Amino acid sequence: MAELRALVAVKRVIDFAVKIRVKPDKTGVVTDGVKHSMNPFCEIAVEEAVRLKEKKLVKEIIAVSCGPVQCQETIRTALAMGADRGIHVEVPAAEAERMGPLQVARVLAKLAEREKVDLVLLGKQAIDDDCNQTGQMTAGLLDWPQGTFASQVTLEGDKLKVEREIDGGLETLRLKLPAVVTADLRLNEPRYATLPNIMKAKKKKVEVIKAGDLGVDMSSKLTVVSVEDPPQRVAGVKVENTEDLVAKLKEIGRI
Amino acid sequence: MLVAAHRAKPTKALVSLQLGGCMPGQLSETLLPAQESKSFAVGMFKGQLITDQVFPYPSVLNEEQTQFLRELVGPVARFFEEVNDPAKNDTLERLEETTLQGLKDLGAFGLQVPSELGGVGLGNTQYARLAEIVGMHDLGVSVTLGAHQSIGFKGILLFGTKAQKEKYLPKVASGEALAAFCLTEPSSGSDAASIRSSAVPSPCGKYYTLNGSKIWISNGGLADIFTVFAKTPITDAATGAVKEKITAFVVERSFGGVTHGPPEKKMGIKASNTAEVHFDGVRVPAENVLGEVGAGFKVAVHILNNGRFGMAATLAGTMKAIIAKAVDYATNRTQFGDKIHNFGLIQEKLARMAMLQYVTESMAYMLSANMDRGYTDFQVEAAISKIFGSEAAWKVTDECIQIMGGMGFMKEPGVERVLRDIRIFRIFEGTNDILRLFVALQGCTNKGKELSELGTALKNPLGNAGLLLTQAGKQLRRQVGLSSGLSLGEVVHPELSRSGKLAVTALEQFASVVEAKLIKHKKGIVNEQFLLQRLADGAIDLYTMVVVLSRASRSLSEGHPAAQHEKMLCDSWCIEAAARIRETMAALQSDPHQQELFRNFKSISKALVERGGIVTTNPLGF
Repeated sequence: MAELRALVAVKRVIDFAVKIRVKPDKTGVVTDGVKHSMNPFCEIAVEEAVRLKEKKLVKEIIAVSCGPVQCQETIRTALAMGADRGIHVEVPAAEAERMGPLQVARVLAKLAEREKVDLVLLGKQAIDDDCNQTGQMTAGLLDWPQGTFASQVTLEGDKLKVEREIDGGLETLRLKLPAVVTADLRLNEPRYATLPNIMKAKKKKVEVIKAGDLGVDMSSKLTVVSVEDPPQRVAGVKVENTEDLVAKLKEIGRI
Repeated sequence: MLVAAHRAKPTKALVSLQLGGCMPGQLSETLLPAQESKSFAVGMFKGQLITDQVFPYPSVLNEEQTQFLRELVGPVARFFEEVNDPAKNDTLERLEETTLQGLKDLGAFGLQVPSELGGVGLGNTQYARLAEIVGMHDLGVSVTLGAHQSIGFKGILLFGTKAQKEKYLPKVASGEALAAFCLTEPSSGSDAASIRSSAVPSPCGKYYTLNGSKIWISNGGLADIFTVFAKTPITDAATGAVKEKITAFVVERSFGGVTHGPPEKKMGIKASNTAEVHFDGVRVPAENVLGEVGAGFKVAVHILNNGRFGMAATLAGTMKAIIAKAVDYATNRTQFGDKIHNFGLIQEKLARMAMLQYVTESMAYMLSANMDRGYTDFQVEAAISKIFGSEAAWKVTDECIQIMGGMGFMKEPGVERVLRDIRIFRIFEGTNDILRLFVALQGCTNKGKELSELGTALKNPLGNAGLLLTQAGKQLRRQVGLSSGLSLGEVVHPELSRSGKLAVTALEQFASVVEAKLIKHKKGIVNEQFLLQRLADGAIDLYTMVVVLSRASRSLSEGHPAAQHEKMLCDSWCIEAAARIRETMAALQSDPHQQELFRNFKSISKALVERGGIVTTNPLGF
C-alpha cells in the first residue's frame, strides 16, 4: 500500500525560548534579528510523516511553507528530518504579515490537488498566533475528512484511524483517504536532525512558486488593529470579612 | 651546521649563525626552513610588520558555506543542551551510551572527513564553530571527539594514500571505529623524539613487527584504529649506516597483539577514556606506513599543529559559558546592600575575563581562516593560540569560582568540574613550556638567518650596499630610540590608532632585544631558557595585540553592533600588553638585577635538588 503521498505544511515562527517584545508602534512583535525555528507542532507533523515513510506506508513527503525567503530554512529542516522535496510558496515579507489561516489553507488546498496527495499533515496550531484553523479550513476547502489534535495515527487498509485528544478524553475516528490530519503534542517526539542528513538535504529539490501562480486569492478581510502587551498583573488585596469585601468592591466600582 | 662570526670593520659585530645543529634534536626537525614566511609572528622577531595573514581580519566562508554552517549550529547546540549530561558523564567517568550513540548519529565523529567518504566535509573555520559549541558544554566530550578526529585519524587525512583514506575514513567518520593518537611513552613525553617503540621491517618487506608501550592515550581503551609512532631502522643509501628514525603507522586493533590498560583515574575530563596501549609483536602491513618511512616525527608535529586551532576555538566556547555563569551570579547576588556587580573588584574580574575570551576567540578564528586560505606557515601562531587559550581558560574559570565564592567551590553549579577539566589543556598536545621554547626559537632561527645573510653581505659590502644601509639604518634608529618608520596606520581603524602605535612601539622594543640577544649568545641562545621564556611571553603579548587590533578594526569598519564594546576590549588589552612588553624588554636589556635573578633561580633550584626539597628549616629552627 506504499502508494500514499503526503504533503506536510511547516511554519517558520519565533523560537519558543525567545522573550517576545512588542514593537513600539504596536503593529506587531519584534522579529528582526530574533531567533526563528520550525513551529514545534509542525515538527511533530513532519516526524509523523517520516515515520509513516519508514514503515513504507508513505512513498513521498513534500514539505511546503508559505512566506518570505527565510522559509526555505524551515523547509530545509523538514528535508533534513526526512522529507523528500520542498515547495516554497513565496510571499513578500509585508504581505506575509497579513497572511492568515484562510490564505494558507487556500494555498495548501491548491497544492494538495496539484500534487495529488493522499494525506495533508499540519501542526494543530502555530505558537505565534495560536489560530488552530489552518488544518480545518484546508479540509473544508478540499471537502476532505479531517482528524485534528491527533495523538495517534494508524493506517488501516484504505482508511486512516486517528485518535484525537479532546476535552472529554480520547476520540477515535476512521477517515477515508484522502484526509487532513493535524498533530497534537503527544503524537510523537521529533528526531534531531543529524549533520549527515542536513548535508543530504542540500541536494533535495525545493521548488519556489508564487501564490499567484497557483491562482490563489491571498486577500484578507481582516486587519490587525493593534498588538499590545497583556496588562501587568497587579497585586491582589486581602480582606478580613464579607462586609469588607462588599465595601471594597463598591469602592472600585465593581458593584 | 656551521657557526661563524664576522667582525664588521666599524662598530658592530654582525654574526652569522644557523641554529640547526646543536638544538634539542626534535626542535630542529620542527623548525621551518627560514625563508619567505608570511607569518606575522615570525616577522615580529625581525622587527617586520608582515600583514598578509593578519590584516584585514580574514573572512573565508562563502554564502553557501555560511548558510550550511548556520544549519548545523542549531542541531548540535540542541544535542548538547538536551541530550548530553556533563555532570553524569563526569560521575560515571565515561560517556553515557545514549550520548555516545547520539553523537555518532549526529555525525560528530567525522566533521572534517570529505562527504564522499561519509563525513560532513567541514573546513577548519566551520569545524571551529562547532568545536566552540562542544567546548561550551562538555570538555570530556571535546577531548573524546578531538582525540578521535583532531589528532587520532588526522594523519590519514593529511598524509594518507588514496587506499588508506578509502579504507579507514568511512569507518571513523561514522564512529563505527574510534581512533587514537599514540606517541607518548613512559620515558618520552615532551622529548618525543626519544621514543623507544620499535617497528622492525620483515625480511620480505611485506610487514613491520611493532613492539612498545604507550601511555596516557586518549580513547586508548576504546579505539580500533591507532596512529602509532615507532622507531624504524633506516639505512643510508650512500654510507650504509643504519639510523633509527621515527615512522608513523596506522595500526588496527584487529591485527592482534594490541592490548590496553584500565582507564586512568584523572583530575578532570573524567568522561574521556585515557589508557595505556601495548603493542606486542603486532604485524603491521607495509601499506599501513603513514607518510614516508623515517619521516614520522614530521608527521606527528604536523598532526598536532593542524589540530591546535580546534583547541583555541573549544576554549573560547568554554570561557563564553563560564563568563555567562559568573555574570548571572554577580547580577543576582546582593551583599553589603548592593548587587555585587556594582563593586569595582568584581567589575575588574569580569572585564578581564571578557578580554581573555575575546583575544582567544579572535586568535582561534584568525588561525582557522588562515589555514582555510591555504597558508601553511602557521606553526608559531598555532602554538601561541594553544598557550594563550589554555592559560586564559584556566584564569577565567578560576576567577568565576572566586566571584561565586563558596558556591563556586560546590559541585552542583558545575564550575569546579570545568576547572578540573581545563587543567590538562596546559599540559597535553605539547606542554605550554615546550611550546614557549618553540615560539622563541622558531622566531630566533628566522632572525638568525637574516643576521647570517647580513654577515654574508659584509663579505661583499660594495655589492650589498643597499641591504647594509637599510639594516644599519634600522639598527641605528632603534638604538637611539627612534621609530623604525613602521606603521599600522594604513590597516588599523582610525579609532584604534593609539593602540596601533602602542603595538608598533612594542614591536620595535621586542625586535631590538631579540637581535641584541642573538648577537650576544649566538647559537648558545638555545640553552638560555630564562631568556627564551621571556621572549616567548613578549611574542605572545605582541601577537595578541595585533590580532585584536585586526578584529576590532573590522568590526568598526563594518559597523558591527558590538563594535564600540570591542574597541574597549582591544584598547584595554593593548594598554596592558604593551606595558608588559616594555617592562620585560627593558629588564632584559638593561636591568642590572636581571642576570643576578637568573643566577639565583639556577642556584636555588640546584640547592633544592641537592636537599630533596626545601633547604631552610622553619623559623623555629626545627
